[in-house]
Amino acid sequence: MLLVLLLVLPLLGGVVIGVAPRHRMAGWAAVVTNGAVLILGVVLAVRVVGHAPASGAWGILRADALSAFMVIVIGVVSVLATWLGIRTLAFDQRDARVNRGRVMGYGVLVQAFIATMLLAVLAANLGVLWVAVEATTIVTTFLVGHRRTKGALEASWKYLVICSVGIALAFLGTVLVYLAALHVGGHSAHALDWTSLMANAHRMDPSVMRLAFALLVLGYGTKVGLAPMHSWLPDAHSQAPAPVSALMSGVLLTVAFYAILRFKSVVDLAVGPAFPRTLLVIVGLLSLAVAASLLIAQRDYKRMLAYSSIEHMGLIALGAAAGIRLAIAAVLLQILGHGLTKTVLFLTSGEILAAEGTSQIDAVRSLLARRPALGGIFGFGLVALLGLPPFSLFSSELLMTRAEFQVGLGWVAVVAVGLMVVIFVAVVGHARHMLLGPSSFEQVASAPSRWVTAPLVGGLVVCAVIGVAAWPLDGLLQAAARVVAP
Amino acid sequence: MTFDSALTLAAGAVLVSAVVVLWLTSVHAVIRVVAVQGFALGAVALILGLRHHDVGLVATALVVVLLKGIAIPVLLGRTDDEDRPTRESRPLVNVPASLVVAAALIVLAFLTTRNLGRFVGTSTGALVPVGVATLLIGFFVLITRRLPVFQIVGLLMVDNGIALIAFLSTAGVPFLIELGVSLDVLLGIVVLMVLTRRLRSEFGNVDLDELRELRD
Repeated sequence: MLLVLLLVLPLLGGVVIGVAPRHRMAGWAAVVTNGAVLILGVVLAVRVVGHAPASGAWGILRADALSAFMVIVIGVVSVLATWLGIRTLAFDQRDARVNRGRVMGYGVLVQAFIATMLLAVLAANLGVLWVAVEATTIVTTFLVGHRRTKGALEASWKYLVICSVGIALAFLGTVLVYLAALHVGGHSAHALDWTSLMANAHRMDPSVMRLAFALLVLGYGTKVGLAPMHSWLPDAHSQAPAPVSALMSGVLLTVAFYAILRFKSVVDLAVGPAFPRTLLVIVGLLSLAVAASLLIAQRDYKRMLAYSSIEHMGLIALGAAAGIRLAIAAVLLQILGHGLTKTVLFLTSGEILAAEGTSQIDAVRSLLARRPALGGIFGFGLVALLGLPPFSLFSSELLMTRAEFQVGLGWVAVVAVGLMVVIFVAVVGHARHMLLGPSSFEQVASAPSRWVTAPLVGGLVVCAVIGVAAWPLDGLLQAAARVVAP
Repeated sequence: MTFDSALTLAAGAVLVSAVVVLWLTSVHAVIRVVAVQGFALGAVALILGLRHHDVGLVATALVVVLLKGIAIPVLLGRTDDEDRPTRESRPLVNVPASLVVAAALIVLAFLTTRNLGRFVGTSTGALVPVGVATLLIGFFVLITRRLPVFQIVGLLMVDNGIALIAFLSTAGVPFLIELGVSLDVLLGIVVLMVLTRRLRSEFGNVDLDELRELRD
């Protein structure tokens, strides 16, 4: 019942947006329903940690600690993104070219997007998981192209074609897992259920499972934005409206990674940990290298944030490659920390873009002096993103590195840290250019309203709190890591 | 005609129509060939469903024919504006060379997936490489053709190839999942069609490789 309610709530918000007479009301309907998703996610977490997994909708839905954790991440990011999304709705309504239907369409699609992500993490069956992830691509295509400029249309075309190909390969991988499951006597209707896969995994044919996992990493990896399948990501994330970029970068990437995590634990049992580890190390290091090389000379601050997402997905892949329980807990903490920080940063970049009228790093100067609130949030967000204490990305990256050393991937950790240093220097250089400098040539601009800054500051504070005190999440993280690394 | 030979014929038709797509440059002709491929794929599901007395698979066959044989080709063929290009004039790889590549891809598919076919065990397993070859040719179309509609056809062929592999190796995924997958495919194609129209109204009749607003 709880699980069905979780899926219905965002859709209900979508219906309200569709019929609401005023955009402000529509915006708040989205925030309230997504806030309810977050609260239900916490309720779900309390219910499943240390107890049996919950299930619903005739066994189609199932939630263990890992699902509950992902629901919470989706809830947090959705609340932040739709809160600022109210302003996107308001902006568009003042823009005479944009008709009412398109504004409502935007709001409804965002809610449908959130619902499909929730379906992905609540699916009991890995085939349904595929259907949900593919649905996220379809729903978000129009959101990426929402502004209908040439760039936005180009980005949405590339996004849909590249991700459709990727996700098709993931489907082939799913079919092969199904084939392997049928051969060890799985009942056809339930052979792709997570529980029956885990129960039969050790008897499945290793060579078929190896081929399947390679296809799954390639396929879902495309949606995660792992190199070399990342080419759509910087375009889509820089062209989409800020709240959509926040949702895509903050949670959609990691929802796709959730799929890889689920399959990885099945494949670990079937073929042993060495093969999945090698594959994830390759894509992880490659992603870090691509991000580092393209961040050095980056000229657009939204693209800078997009490449930083590729970096963080690479780090998460390396953490998953280590695979022990400590590493998985760190990966999950990284998923939450990256979701929060990247959401705040993309939303802030949207405000900066609206105020300055350009997304070029060169054209933005002395933000701290001219727009102290926005500049300050952007600066602290970058500090969090670069993995400095007290923010939670510091602890999770430290834990992942330690786990990598524990399982003999020390050289991988060393290379990764080296690339992170390059990225650190590059991003700090860009940030210094945007934030610092004298403001003699322009007077101080008007401050954004408290309704805008409050959620952004709130997101960073939460990120710092979970970085310092692990207690509210510790039990959940341990339980969720046990699902992947039993 | 035995079940096995009927099945070979239908699976062969899927692959042959993939090769024919490479041979054609007219948009209308290609859409018709893709419809034939949809019917052939439906026939594969139907034959398997009848042999295994599997109601779900027969229902899947019906969905496949309605969707990939009829609905999607009709959608693709709708010409609501006149200046839509009707011919792929400059593919990145010309037609004779494409056919040579197709032959190479088919050989590659048979060489690499024989073991998988053996693992399947049943007589249908030997046909799995046919699906893989269709998938690879679909990729090739996607990479080398520049008109949006050809890229959509390429995606559809990739999808048909995977569906063929699924039918032949596992007698199809469960019906519920098949329905979800079909819905995704249909919606994806609709979205691509809408995007094509918006691209045309924004850029005029350009080839897709001229889209280069966004670079690093």
